[in-house]
Amino acid sequence: MATEQVADARTARARRLRNSRWRTVDIVVASVIAVAGGVVFWAWDQLWNTTSIAFAAFPPAHAVMYGVWLAPGVLGALVIRKPGAALYTELVASIVEALLGSSWGLSVVAYGVAQGLAPELVFAAFAYRLWRLPVSVAAGAAAGIAAAVLDLVYYYGTWHAGWKVSYVALVMASSAVVAGFGGAMLVRALARTGVLQPFPSGRRAPVA
Amino acid sequence: MTALAAPPIARGLGRLNPSAKLGAAVVVMVGLLVTADPVTPSLVLAAELAALPLARVPARTVAALAWPLPLAAVGVAVANLVASSAEPAVTAGISLRLIAIALPGVLVFASTDPVDLCDSLVQQLRVPARFAYGALAAFRLLPLLRQEWLTIRRARRARGIDAGRSPLGGLRLFGSSVYALLVAAIRRGTRLALAMDSRGFDSRTPRTAARRQVVTAADWALLAAAMAVVGAANGVAVAVGAWHPLLG
Amino acid sequence: MTAAVEAVGWGWRHAGRRGWALRRLDLVVEEGERVLLLGPSGAGKSTLLAGLSGLLHAPEAGDEEGRLLVGGRPAADVAGHAGLVFQDPSSYLVMGRVGDEVAFGLENRAVPPEEIWPTVAEALATVDLGYPLHHPTDRLSGGEQQRLAIADVVAARPRLWLLDEPTANLDPDGADLVRATLRQLLATSAATLVLVEHRVGLLLDLIDRVVVLEPGGAVAADGPPAEVFVGGGPTLRQAGVWVPGPPPPRFAPPRPPGPPVVAGEALTVAYPGASRPALADVDITAYAGQALAVTGPNGSGKTTLGLVLASLLRPTSGAVRFLAGGPPGEFARWRPRQLVRWVGTVFQEPEHQFVASTVADELAVGPRRAGMSEEASGRRVAELLERLALRPLAKANPFTLSGGEKRRLSVATALATDPALLVLDEPTFGQDARTWGEMAALLAEQRDAGRALVIATHDEELVDAVADRTVRLESGRVLAGVDPPGTSGTDGTGRRARRRPPAAPVGDQPTAAGR
Repeated sequence: MATEQVADARTARARRLRNSRWRTVDIVVASVIAVAGGVVFWAWDQLWNTTSIAFAAFPPAHAVMYGVWLAPGVLGALVIRKPGAALYTELVASIVEALLGSSWGLSVVAYGVAQGLAPELVFAAFAYRLWRLPVSVAAGAAAGIAAAVLDLVYYYGTWHAGWKVSYVALVMASSAVVAGFGGAMLVRALARTGVLQPFPSGRRAPVA
Repeated sequence: MTALAAPPIARGLGRLNPSAKLGAAVVVMVGLLVTADPVTPSLVLAAELAALPLARVPARTVAALAWPLPLAAVGVAVANLVASSAEPAVTAGISLRLIAIALPGVLVFASTDPVDLCDSLVQQLRVPARFAYGALAAFRLLPLLRQEWLTIRRARRARGIDAGRSPLGGLRLFGSSVYALLVAAIRRGTRLALAMDSRGFDSRTPRTAARRQVVTAADWALLAAAMAVVGAANGVAVAVGAWHPLLG
Repeated sequence: MTAAVEAVGWGWRHAGRRGWALRRLDLVVEEGERVLLLGPSGAGKSTLLAGLSGLLHAPEAGDEEGRLLVGGRPAADVAGHAGLVFQDPSSYLVMGRVGDEVAFGLENRAVPPEEIWPTVAEALATVDLGYPLHHPTDRLSGGEQQRLAIADVVAARPRLWLLDEPTANLDPDGADLVRATLRQLLATSAATLVLVEHRVGLLLDLIDRVVVLEPGGAVAADGPPAEVFVGGGPTLRQAGVWVPGPPPPRFAPPRPPGPPVVAGEALTVAYPGASRPALADVDITAYAGQALAVTGPNGSGKTTLGLVLASLLRPTSGAVRFLAGGPPGEFARWRPRQLVRWVGTVFQEPEHQFVASTVADELAVGPRRAGMSEEASGRRVAELLERLALRPLAKANPFTLSGGEKRRLSVATALATDPALLVLDEPTFGQDARTWGEMAALLAEQRDAGRALVIATHDEELVDAVADRTVRLESGRVLAGVDPPGTSGTDGTGRRARRRPPAAPVGDQPTAAGR
């Protein structure tokens, strides 16, 4: 009896481990989400082109739009649903951004690591088993906090406390809404198109 | 995108190992992030600018990648002036540091071919090959995805959908385009993964490398130089009394 | 001797789907046989090729029944051992440079580094691709990219070649190049071949056996070409297979063309950073009740011209005017809501223009944007659903439709606002015979209803069947002279371009006025 239970547990764990190995399609699609994110960043910049300089200089405006840059990591995790997806996708997105000419140089990659690690920890806290809206929003918020804190340490360390708090709050809200909520909605819509068939995120409603 | 369309450069920085270049840029970044004074970044930036001709990177490529730098530096400075009451010297130091950290990164990407970078990451830094080449393959889709974005926007115009007066309309149009782009991107990604698997990408046997990335004495020299410059700059700042730790 | 391929009651269901792609397939292919695999869309041909390549691993990718063996071993164990060439080369190239691309497969197979580059050079020489190793892959033409894909396969020296519609996405010149390469390769090799190809007429000399699948996967016919085509011709045509035979009939217009609808003068479009303009000094006019075909090799500017005529791209110089009505003001600057009322555009990839979550909503977008009332829109939608046989799909998500259904939907959405001008980009791309026939009939019907049609295409059969005038572009310029109505295939200098033996599609046989 006991040995059967042990054997069952072992096969279940073996299956989970095998499932957490990244297939080629996991790697490539996560990378492609990151690359598409790069295109979206470029298009987003174009959209705000005339006012971007003003926005870059006006912290609250920059903070409100921050969520866009944090979306790839959360989205990647929600689609691929494997350990490391948030970190990998956000990291690749930041490398794409750096390659396309980011004004922040290599530090954008360092940010990418932090911005991907934060949501990764949230998903890990739920053992990579819960992928519903509240978890996604929490992951988005975590990414926002990480990014905002990095900004405060490296560029805005001299700010008054009031400004600092409102900055973190704004970035966190932006990220929770755009990356967390927006990401979850986007994945639901994508699942309905059938394009996520190779992934567990696309399997809930079978498509004939 | 100019850096990536340029033919492989085999002079100056182009000859050095990509991991070494990355390492040097990271050394500079870490060495500058420990302090918030204006002296250290100024000295490092001066050294970088002085060494620029040695890099032999085409000016146009650098300009294409680096043009947002001064804007970003000014933006950060303005933000700091608005939201804090620190001395101008510290504010200037933060902005200077931004440029001093970013410039080596720009030079790395301006002088390195993405395939070489990928090879070096796998061979020198032991990044898992499947992830590195998977990302490289996806990266090759970038110009195609950009083209698809334009087509998607045009298609929405053809369907009669425009942003209208309100910014909300503009956001919805943007969101709808992002959704369509992601569908296209994921479809392409799935097909690309299929092609890679059909050529044996997913096998458990380790791959061989067709292009060797070597590490030479010049690479170690670059790393040493980076450490020396950053160390010296910090030393001068300490000696002058301007050194101001970032945290604490 | 073990067979090269053996399927015993094999079935496959993709993960997350309710229906099986293939079921109860029994098939044996011996070493060295050259098999042509035919069947309508949805018969599971691509699934079978994917299975033979070892790409389908149960249970992650789906469910399997029966056995599929390659060289005596289960197919799933031999991934990477068969050479698979896909339909759309630009989607499947992995690396950015020619040499690296061929080396990729060799690296995966752990070929020792010192052997890689000589093998690469040999493979490129075999397919006659004479570019230097660092030549960018995205600067190759479609036909060259496909030859590069073949070089990848050659380098790996597989015993089983699997070709999934290798010429479907290519223009006629590219397709010829690829066929020539395949012919040469197969002549000197003993490999087994399984080929899926719609336009079979041109590759018949490579084939010694034809296998026809029916939807659901069972084998409907199997034998030497003569037997299968002659014996079962009509049933095959019914099933959407392109059977070699007489060319499709022409849909002649019932009356002369009406007034001009859109006119472009001295149109020039120069993309920033390009070495030459995409369009240079093009004059063109489209008339009501007439179908104008814009032909030319890939890269000649057909799509660009279509975009300009549809007011989706502003010309760098020159003027484009809309003459059939509409708001005042420059055509290129019309607001989208006004534009949709007068011009319908059908893009090469239908998915790029889907904006709604159900087919019915998709059809309603145009009318609503153009200002029609709710009930008028509703009636229009019902009409279109009926006319284009989309009613059973009204609630489905547009992205989940089959290729032919998506194509019909995209044309339907363009027609929803009853526009005077319809611009289409490669409307018959990759269609099987039946959907091709439907599309040709649909286009002819729209033309006969008085719309002006501008069709950018390299499908010569479509031009012959539907087009009343042809403008041939090359490198962005119009080749001397616009052809007189009713002809095609001339290259403008009066010489007849090479004609290909076409295949006969299925479609309503119109009471054509003859050619």
